[in-house]
Amino acid sequence: MNKNKYEKIISKANALRWEVGENFHDSLMESIYADAERIAHKSIEQKSIKRKYDFDTRLDKLVTSRVFGFPIMFLLLAIVFWVTIEGANYPSSFLASILVDTFHPVLKGFAASLGIPWWIDGLLIDGAYLAVAWVTSVMLPPMAIFFPIFTLLEDFGYLPRVAFNMDGLFRRAGAHGKQALTMSMGFGCNAAGVVAARIIDSPRERLIAMITNNFSLCNGRWPTQILIATIFIGGAVSPHIAGFVSAGAVVAVAVLGIVLSLVISWMLSNTVLKGEASAFSLELPPYRPPRLVQTLYTSLIDRTIFVLWRAIIFALPAGVVIWLTANVEIGGISLAEYFINWSDPFALLLGLNGVILLAYIIAIPANEIVIPTILMLTVLVTGSSEAGAGVGVMFELDSIDATADILKGAGWTLLTGINLMLFSLLHNPCSTTIYTIYKETGSVKWTAVATFLPVAMGLTVCFFITQIWRLLV
Amino acid sequence: MISNDQCATCPAHNVANLVKLGINMEQFDYLVALAGNPNTGKSTVFNNLTGLRQHTGNWPGKTVGRAEGGFIYNDKRFKLIDLPGTYSLLSTSTDEEVARDFILFGQPDVTIIVVDATRLERNLNLALQVLEITERAVLCVNLVDEAKRHHITIDERALSKELGIPVIPAAARQKVGMDSLLKYVFDVAVGNYICKPHRISSKSKTVANAVNDLKEMIDKEFPGLPNSRWVAMRLLEGDQRIIDAVGSGELIDLIQNEKIQMKNGAEV
Repeated sequence: MNKNKYEKIISKANALRWEVGENFHDSLMESIYADAERIAHKSIEQKSIKRKYDFDTRLDKLVTSRVFGFPIMFLLLAIVFWVTIEGANYPSSFLASILVDTFHPVLKGFAASLGIPWWIDGLLIDGAYLAVAWVTSVMLPPMAIFFPIFTLLEDFGYLPRVAFNMDGLFRRAGAHGKQALTMSMGFGCNAAGVVAARIIDSPRERLIAMITNNFSLCNGRWPTQILIATIFIGGAVSPHIAGFVSAGAVVAVAVLGIVLSLVISWMLSNTVLKGEASAFSLELPPYRPPRLVQTLYTSLIDRTIFVLWRAIIFALPAGVVIWLTANVEIGGISLAEYFINWSDPFALLLGLNGVILLAYIIAIPANEIVIPTILMLTVLVTGSSEAGAGVGVMFELDSIDATADILKGAGWTLLTGINLMLFSLLHNPCSTTIYTIYKETGSVKWTAVATFLPVAMGLTVCFFITQIWRLLV
Repeated sequence: MISNDQCATCPAHNVANLVKLGINMEQFDYLVALAGNPNTGKSTVFNNLTGLRQHTGNWPGKTVGRAEGGFIYNDKRFKLIDLPGTYSLLSTSTDEEVARDFILFGQPDVTIIVVDATRLERNLNLALQVLEITERAVLCVNLVDEAKRHHITIDERALSKELGIPVIPAAARQKVGMDSLLKYVFDVAVGNYICKPHRISSKSKTVANAVNDLKEMIDKEFPGLPNSRWVAMRLLEGDQRIIDAVGSGELIDLIQNEKIQMKNGAEV
């Protein structure tokens, strides 16, 4: 009964549609535009039209110019990293000296005075506490410098200009131009970038944007890039240009990520996700003077503290896991050593090592803890031969130089550094991002593609770089 | 007694008594939606009213889901929904559907339409579409400070007369205009201010008649639907989603669902 009544409306609508003609939509839009124009005309008064947007237009001409657009983009990125690298060293060693050098022995002494069993003491203080202390001292300073600067650029209105510059490239790759925006978002957090892909209408292009978002270096990976570049790339050149060269290396990896995201988009849109790129209009918002205090505050709360908190949350259990793998022994060999020894031959073929592979497995929940995990595992493997440190306990490192010594002492070379930077760009997304991709696509298949494709690429790239390096060097 | 009443209705009193509730709003008296083009400062307005700190950014597409928050103004509890920025309600991308479905089926008591004073004409296109589907709205002309820098002056009284809703000039980043925005949201919500929203004038008589005929039929089968005129227009245009919703009678469920989701504070 009811159903018929409803369907009557539909058939009436169908009949009427013939009467009003096919261009109903167009005429409706025309009416809307006409009304908007009329109303705007009545209520807007504009003086000296010539001067309007003068500054904005001139700036836009420059930053979106065919000739200068990309160089300016790379230059800005390089400056941001250079400031971060130069500025982070001192506060980093300061924090480490407080949290690791001073506080750790105090805690140990306190635990000893209470007569706490060695394994509880090890699990909590050498495992959990040290991991958190490390995450804080290694990650907080670069983040506290990098995020505010990045947020200032974002508030100023530079991101849509980046999207504008990139749009042509994405379209040629068969992807949606708005992917440039989701990609930029990914530079903050890949999970956020994947969610942001909702702004893309076509399911095909949205899927491409989600799968390739992982090629944007996220918050959790910037510190890895910056630290490793400082130690190995900066360390390979003379000190007075070290800052510039290491900043350049980080930019190179970020740009490689952008290039790969274009290449993979192109490959997907020409194979499994075939289709035309759809058109869209992108409004370049006016430049707005960033509010310094507000920006510093939100970037500190939204990004720095958020990322740090996430890192600490994941570092706590990871620290425990690391300590356990170092102290649970089978036949006299700890679990960690067992895995590292087993995977070393394979890892060395890739120019990495077993420690790095194990670290990336332990750090699946959060990229933020990769570096601390690597350091702890490295100390664990080499530590037994050095005096003073217990099994699975970190050295008291008080500067980037000390970190460098540890890694170099464990046999790391420039090649290891380069490969780690590449593998940090090309490996599976963190578990949060994987889950987000699954939630957004609802598909196990595409989630698996987005997860395993980058790992496979990372392993391949590292393998070839290592083989070529060994032929040449 | 009289003096008390005057106090209670004085905006200064009410602003001083604005309580930002953050995300704490299990119960509310009025539901308010924030709509507008991308990058007009909706999230900044949202943050100002709720005391929350939704991340704001100077680029379109930052908000893709919807954020919820609340505030108490003049002893009434308001729940505020920050919708994704859209250029129109007539297309079909996911973010635009979130905004459209909510305004259409969630039946907010007031919809705040945030527009960019420096791009008023383009922004009005969306404002007019929103006015098609809701009876009660307030226009927040944001970024007037920027407009001033570009030597643009907006005659808000003329604009208000044309649109039939209150128009409030604002500079949300500097927290300017938020007091009178609150006042008008309150007035519209409780019915002190009766909106006479502008309707899109169709030049063709055939179209006008067709819309009216359909509207009458819809009103009969779906009593209480506040935006039957808009549904009629979508039917005429052949919007498959609306056709399905009407044909199966599901339209009623959609309205109920959005309402229930609101009551439970469920996420989309």
